[in-house]
Amino acid sequence: MLTKRIIPCLDVKDGRTVKGTNFLQLRDAGDPVELAARYSDEGADELVFLDISATLEGRKTFLQMVERVAAALQIPFTVGGGISTVDDVSRALEAGADKVSLNSAAIARPSLVDEAGKRVGSQSIVVAIDVKRTKDSWTVWTKAGTEPTGRDALLWADEVFQRGAGELLVTSMDRDGTTAGYDVELLRTLSDRVSIPLIASGGAGTQEHVRDAILLGKADAVLAASIFHYNKISISELKSFLHNNNIPVRL
Amino acid sequence: MIGIIEYGAGNIRSVSNALNRLSVQHFISNKHHELNKADKLIFPGVGEARSAMDALTRVGLTDWLKEVSVPFLGICLGMQLLFDRTTERSTDCLGLLIGTNERFNSEQSVLKVPHMGWNQVQHKGNCSLFAGIAPGELFYFVHSYYAPLVSATIGTTDYGVQFTSALQQKNYYGVQFHPEKSGRIGLQLLKNFVELC
Repeated sequence: MLTKRIIPCLDVKDGRTVKGTNFLQLRDAGDPVELAARYSDEGADELVFLDISATLEGRKTFLQMVERVAAALQIPFTVGGGISTVDDVSRALEAGADKVSLNSAAIARPSLVDEAGKRVGSQSIVVAIDVKRTKDSWTVWTKAGTEPTGRDALLWADEVFQRGAGELLVTSMDRDGTTAGYDVELLRTLSDRVSIPLIASGGAGTQEHVRDAILLGKADAVLAASIFHYNKISISELKSFLHNNNIPVRL
Repeated sequence: MIGIIEYGAGNIRSVSNALNRLSVQHFISNKHHELNKADKLIFPGVGEARSAMDALTRVGLTDWLKEVSVPFLGICLGMQLLFDRTTERSTDCLGLLIGTNERFNSEQSVLKVPHMGWNQVQHKGNCSLFAGIAPGELFYFVHSYYAPLVSATIGTTDYGVQFTSALQQKNYYGVQFHPEKSGRIGLQLLKNFVELC
């Protein structure tokens, strides 16, 4: 049976892992490659590295870090942040990343999703969607959560699926960094709607939150950062908990 | 010495990194006169079948691939291309195995496509490729098309449908999953290929 994936996310700025609350107030959480190796040993199924300053400051992803990660680990990983052209995508994969995550650049130029998928295959294209709730809908935000796009999140998910995205990484900005739990309703709505794998992100604080994202939100994978960085929950504990809740995981 | 076949459609670096971890000497090439010097060959593949076949034609490896005599391991698309056909853009493949790769059907079921993540591989335990690896161990998969069950099938996986996740026909081995991305178990499988196959 296909297992549900647990994916630690490392937000990287200037070569260091950081994690903020609601996209701001950054705190230092260590060397990314060291952390990545620790997570891999603890049973992480995949990893995501987001160069969080890339879009704001125009920096490109740290390809050298990608190469070091690829040499150190034998699990898949995704790189995002600052990837704005098909050549950026190719470079990230050539450096050893398995997938790239497109966010602001896809919003600015949606055909990037098609072009990147054609060049490297859809399975390597993750589209990240940062979402804020408005009254009765969900809106897409861009540029590391600093600018509203006016786009409806569900329609944007439909569009990137049509354009050939291989996976969606959906972050609830309302929940991100709050440890108040994932936006389960958003996840379930998207999972029922789009037939590519869905990674839940934003808000993990407890093991129960992760369980709910999978069982109620129908997420295929769950991404979290701060609960792992600060040793609130270990990946192996979390997986045992999910296993005991009849969720298939790689133990 | 292991030769990794490079044709612009593979995750060459990941395979190379994994062999480095195993301290296995290897080289990367797309020229058959160089690849002929390898004791064993690894044929990675990601992406779309038609582009991959076109790339193989461009580098002149299509016919050569059909007549390899050393142990050969196709990975992911590299396994699927051993069959005679795929419905992915109706592409003719290498034709070493009879059968057609088909797309997972996400419309008639709740399956997400691609099949992405860690899934179990069942095997009978009598193939050297799986030496020391228990049936039901998890490997990392990423694919939208799957290979049918055939007489060469040595490993199967369930994702709405039972499909071939490992095969062997004479010196040709193939795995649908990515051993180079499957942690310790994946390294064991690569080690088996290098040492036992």
